[in-house]
Amino acid sequence: MNSADNEKIRILGRRVIALIILNLLAFITIAGRLYYLQVYEADKYKVMSDENRISTRFLVPPRGVIYDRNGEIIAKNEQDFQALLIAEQTSDIEQTLDTFKQIIPLTTEEEKRILKDIKNKRRFIPIKLKSDLNWEEVSKILLHAPDLPGVEINEGLSRMYPYSELYSHVVGYIGPISKDQKDINPMYMVPGFKIGKSGLEKYFDYKLQGKGGTVKLEVNAYGRVMKEIERSAGEQGESMTITIDSRLQEAAYSAFGDESGAAVVLDVRTGEILALVSKPSFDPNLFTNGISYKHWNELLYNERTPLVNKAVSGQYSPGSTFKIVVALAALEAGIINEGTHFYCSGGMDIGDIRFHCWKHSGHGSLNVVEALKYSCDIFFYETSLRTGIDKIHDMALKLGLGKKFNIGLDNEKEGLIPTSGWKKEKYGLNWAPGDAANSGIGQGYVMVTPLQLATMLARVVNGGYAVEPTFIKPTKEELKKVKRLPISTRNIELVKQGMFEVVNSVDGTARQAKFNINGARMGGKTGTTQVRRISMKERLSGIISDSRLPWKLRNHAWFMGFAPVDNPRYAVAVIAEHGSSGAGVAAPIASKILATAVKLDIK
Amino acid sequence: MEYGNFGYQQQSWKDKIFRMNFIYLLLIFLLACVGTVTLYSAGNGNWEPWAMKHIMRFILAVILMFILALTNAQKYYKWSYGFYFISLVLLLVVEIFGHIGMGAQRWINLGLFKIQPSELMKIGIVLFLARYFSSITIQGIQSVRSLVIPAIFTLLPVSLIMLQPDLGTSLMVLFTAAIMFFAVGVQWWKFAIVGGVVGAILPVAWNFLHEYQQNRVLTFLNPERDPLGAGYHIIQSKIAFGSGGIFGKGFLHGTQTHLNFLPEKHTDFIFTMFSEEFGMLGGLAVLFANLLIIALGYVFAFRARSYFAKLTIIGLNTNYFLYVFINMAMVMGLLPVVGVPLPLISYGGTVMFSIMASFGIILCMSVNDTKIFFDEI
Repeated sequence: MNSADNEKIRILGRRVIALIILNLLAFITIAGRLYYLQVYEADKYKVMSDENRISTRFLVPPRGVIYDRNGEIIAKNEQDFQALLIAEQTSDIEQTLDTFKQIIPLTTEEEKRILKDIKNKRRFIPIKLKSDLNWEEVSKILLHAPDLPGVEINEGLSRMYPYSELYSHVVGYIGPISKDQKDINPMYMVPGFKIGKSGLEKYFDYKLQGKGGTVKLEVNAYGRVMKEIERSAGEQGESMTITIDSRLQEAAYSAFGDESGAAVVLDVRTGEILALVSKPSFDPNLFTNGISYKHWNELLYNERTPLVNKAVSGQYSPGSTFKIVVALAALEAGIINEGTHFYCSGGMDIGDIRFHCWKHSGHGSLNVVEALKYSCDIFFYETSLRTGIDKIHDMALKLGLGKKFNIGLDNEKEGLIPTSGWKKEKYGLNWAPGDAANSGIGQGYVMVTPLQLATMLARVVNGGYAVEPTFIKPTKEELKKVKRLPISTRNIELVKQGMFEVVNSVDGTARQAKFNINGARMGGKTGTTQVRRISMKERLSGIISDSRLPWKLRNHAWFMGFAPVDNPRYAVAVIAEHGSSGAGVAAPIASKILATAVKLDIK
Repeated sequence: MEYGNFGYQQQSWKDKIFRMNFIYLLLIFLLACVGTVTLYSAGNGNWEPWAMKHIMRFILAVILMFILALTNAQKYYKWSYGFYFISLVLLLVVEIFGHIGMGAQRWINLGLFKIQPSELMKIGIVLFLARYFSSITIQGIQSVRSLVIPAIFTLLPVSLIMLQPDLGTSLMVLFTAAIMFFAVGVQWWKFAIVGGVVGAILPVAWNFLHEYQQNRVLTFLNPERDPLGAGYHIIQSKIAFGSGGIFGKGFLHGTQTHLNFLPEKHTDFIFTMFSEEFGMLGGLAVLFANLLIIALGYVFAFRARSYFAKLTIIGLNTNYFLYVFINMAMVMGLLPVVGVPLPLISYGGTVMFSIMASFGIILCMSVNDTKIFFDEI
């Protein structure tokens, strides 16, 4: 070995020392990086790792069941059978689909949707083939199961309204969530989740929904579920009982026959709503899975407005039923009393305008009870002129008119009870004597809903207690808090006497509607309200019989009644839209309803 | 000079085995076991499809290693140029066949097994440079003129491998060669000049990279650039490391890997999988074992009496170091994902046989502890 070689090896050794240092530095870097990732940033990556693998899904709790007062089911959850296809479980999707089609026919639209789903979804995600399968179809599919690899039957829950159209305006319906509502509650993101869209389903939606549970699943990178990590069951939707009696509801609904309109039956002692119908109606079951465009348009453009809940949203002039309010206002103010008589000659001049009684020949001299019995207009023109609109307004409001009760139905209207100042404010015109006269017979500006009218009657016939209409049975404590209105029993008895005679005296306006069931009889008041102005020409040439006019132009027919007269329990308000005659059309409907109520002896 | 039988004392194979460093052998065995255990987990607790084959390969590779270790050390010197040129020709062959076959080609199929000439070249370049530098004087090494030949014979295979295209392997060959240039004493300033020139032509070279290679580099620089595509690997790998923490999630309990969030868990990303399940402590243990192997390599280099033996060990040791460092750095997001496996642990026959062959040659050089060796004449 020579010195040159020694030099070569010496240099090599020096450089190798440098290399060793370099390698050490590199390994220290690696060690440092391990520390940085696995200690310093570990928490961040632990979260990211869990986000990777844990998928939280919501469990939709069964919706609360709605019962009527007798425990009959009004809204329930029904098992809904769906046929699903899991693509990865069949070797030949087309073959499976073809076989399925032979067993359960599919429309071309359904087929298109299925093929689209197969293309877009991962192979282990179930695809809906068909929902709403009946038992027969389910058993057919199960029978052919060996020929249908990948096809599964899934049981879901869908909302079902056994009474169909009977309760659509009370209970309403549920439907898919609209896009803007999605962020309210994470449960709403669950595909197929439904919420209350109208009626009590909407009002009590939160309670009926219950609390969604969650299940944490471990999923792999492709989204396939590997195992369940944790489950919180959530809470079932709360079931609820409402005050309606289905038997009475059914009776009220069918009492209308082909008439359209609304009826509200109250328990006068508590304000419980025993029946509330609006005709025509619709089948809420159509909405559960999304209503078809055709059906929707049919409902929307029907001139009898099936989608409108006439019992709370329909505002009508009360007509002669308002005479009860006017009579009480005048009696309480001391303007008239039992013995006050006015003379009806068939017409009277107020200002420049001649006002007529409906009976052109006149009723002669009569007091308040007789005036109610015959529904004399002249008596009430006179009375309301003397009482003044403001006192009438105050009495109307005490009795529950002109305000909302918020019973939980959509579009509840407050009606309108004018004051002398109201017209000035609204139209800039002074309150004219003619306005007071018109208001006295429930025409002109006065507007009420059937719910309000039923409440008004209930408050009168229960002896002046300010009950509130409700679907939820009030507790004893709540009932104790009901205020007694400052109206004398004597005056209440007077108007009740008047309403008794309307039905039960031989010449009362609604005498044809009377009944007597084991001594229980009905009292009430008719009302017929003009939908259009009767022209002077018509007046002179003799009034055309209302029933010969087109339906849309006919008068609305009212009847409000109560029973039993001796110990009032039920109050009903019936409006028959364009029914022409309160006595002829609305009173018989009310009579049927009350007779049923009396017979049922509702608990 | 003549390199025949120059008083060289023949050692028996028994002597050689007893002279082998047993710690070195033990470390190799331990790391292969770590690989088997991790591959068993990667197969979701199954010997198939990877763990069992890994053991089989390791056993075959151990045989190869001993054959190479017990080979007469002189033969490596004799055959160094020949081995290099055979490797170069094979590289050309796959390049030509690759063009004929209209696609990337890295293999030569010999029926029983396949040979990847780029792997042969990793050893070939080391032997070539070791012999070349041992044959010239220090003055020669430090002159520009005598660097031309080794530079050409380095860049030739590097270019061929890059054309395959296999950026990872070609860079490893390049770096191994560069470090050998450095080790023998080529002046610092020459590296500075080459570095400067490369820095200047890099933007041009960029355009010659394949799009997927460009993407790998870009994604390395900013993994969030493409979190669902190329950046996905790096992000998921970092999540696996981080969520493993100090002690790991436990054997067979790595969620990132078992739920398939981590790609290539049995090959390039096996260190990620190991560190997710065994934590930082496990990761450091593997790192330390590798550090010991490399340190022992340098000890062998210092002990070796001949320049050729020293340089061969340094070159092969450097090759091993590059494997370990590049693999670990890339799975932890310190380097672009260039497709370098972790030797002894990653699944794959090529790296197993090529690295065990290196160990065999290193062992051979380390046991020829005779006073008289070829270049001492």
